[in-house]
Amino acid sequence: MRLRVLAAVALMAVLFVGVVAYIYGGVAGARRALVVATTTSLYDTGLLDEVADEYARRYGVRLYFISVGTGLALKHAERGDADAVLVHAPSEEAKFLAGGYGGVRKIIAYNFFLIVGPPSDPAGIRGSTPTTALERIAEAGRAGNALWISRGDKSGTHVKERQLWEAAGFNPDELRGESWYVESGTGMGKTLMMASEMEAYTLADAGTYTRYLSEGLIRLDALVRGGRELINVYSVMAVNPNVHPDVNFREAVRFIKFLVSEDGQRLIADFKVDGYTLFYPAVGVLREEPTSEVARWIMDYAFINGSECPPQYRMGVNELYQD
Amino acid sequence: MWELVDGFLKALQLLASADPTVTEIATRSLCISGAATLMAASWGLPTAILLAMGDFRGREFIKGVFNAMLGVPTVGLGLVLFLLFSRSGPLGFLRLLYTPMGVAVGQAVLVTPIVVSFIVSAVESVEPEIRDLARTLGASELGASMAVLREARGGVALALVASFNRAISELGVALMIGGNIRGVTRVLTTSIALETARGEIELSIALAIILLLIVLAVSLLSRLLRRWGGWTR
Repeated sequence: MRLRVLAAVALMAVLFVGVVAYIYGGVAGARRALVVATTTSLYDTGLLDEVADEYARRYGVRLYFISVGTGLALKHAERGDADAVLVHAPSEEAKFLAGGYGGVRKIIAYNFFLIVGPPSDPAGIRGSTPTTALERIAEAGRAGNALWISRGDKSGTHVKERQLWEAAGFNPDELRGESWYVESGTGMGKTLMMASEMEAYTLADAGTYTRYLSEGLIRLDALVRGGRELINVYSVMAVNPNVHPDVNFREAVRFIKFLVSEDGQRLIADFKVDGYTLFYPAVGVLREEPTSEVARWIMDYAFINGSECPPQYRMGVNELYQD
Repeated sequence: MWELVDGFLKALQLLASADPTVTEIATRSLCISGAATLMAASWGLPTAILLAMGDFRGREFIKGVFNAMLGVPTVGLGLVLFLLFSRSGPLGFLRLLYTPMGVAVGQAVLVTPIVVSFIVSAVESVEPEIRDLARTLGASELGASMAVLREARGGVALALVASFNRAISELGVALMIGGNIRGVTRVLTTSIALETARGEIELSIALAIILLLIVLAVSLLSRLLRRWGGWTR
């Protein structure tokens, strides 16, 4: 009996030491890594894993992506739990900069949101403008013929959705009380599945929609696509080291420089899911064709005080900006 | 329906081919939740013995608290721990956020009520005469405790297995504290959540089946161990 107890204790001790050593290996590695809080619509496509692999190959630094909604990603950065953020909600980013939490903002990519819905399209929105589409959905919804699913989770897509409702003359806070306006409170993928099951309309990012469609998980058509109102712009920012002295500001700047470099932009352009391009690089468009339609849409939607990063938020990294 | 079948086939295929990513994730899950269980046992066991055998005011109240904590929602606990471990939180200096150690500590906190409550009820179900007998035979308080614990070993083993299974199958703490970082804090449950979000339903189901197999294997193993050790009561 005694022997058995001794053996058990010894086994426990060996286990414990082994496990702690294993786990500490991970901690030691963590010190040489850059923590980037990011939005699910970027991470879940797999693009950022490719970026991480390339960055590790090049600089020997690991990128730790924390994939959450834009709202929570900015919260992580505000608390100093991330070194950089990759998000897609310009109005929220402006607040983040104004709060002094970060800077060195660069617009890295864009694509377009889609208004998706059941192929039968009960509200008759196929091919219309986003504003008309939302008006028709609301009308059909009040008549009991259509449903709208809102993300309701403060993600970048949710922020965009609210702006679109406001542009169409509705107050999204008041819509929440109406029976045809459903809040999923969850991620894009689950929201799409819900919309498919309930034959409802929703706003989707192109990446997640394409993926789910090609996997055969949803039966929804992209009914309204493209155009100025539906543009979706992704930006990167570094966390302010004066607020959180522990953040790895220098590495964050190197990461930003990599993303806007030719190689970084090519990585974004070449990334495909099932043959579809999901993100378009934004740096070249803004620099070389600033008068093009798309460049103007990006500027209108995602510039802050007429610049992708107003001078007071550049934190001395002026070489990244031309104006 | 076919997704389930495909998922099951995929799980078999992943297991048979010993897919390196899946093996790595499963190993990490085992290590982190194993460490969590050991940690919880290291402070839960003495607490349970104290609660079951001690004689002091507020004993019933503390037991009640541990019992109530059995149902703590993991997301809520994850959020509280996140705020504590955050760089701007009171325990930020420990640097536990986004580390496997952080997840292990979080899971240990999560399963502590299981360890304590299960062991308390196991010890209390041991006849009080045994403890008195041990004492009259000249055993110290510690010796008496050990004697009682030996009698309650079935319950203790059950508590540890239940704790491990709860730790390895929870999502909230692993997601909030670990952040699901690829190659660092990505465990089985967070992978399942991620692959579901990515629309890789087959892979999700395969991972869920692997998780289930681990839980089953641990439960079976503990039964076997108890039989070999003559631990059946």
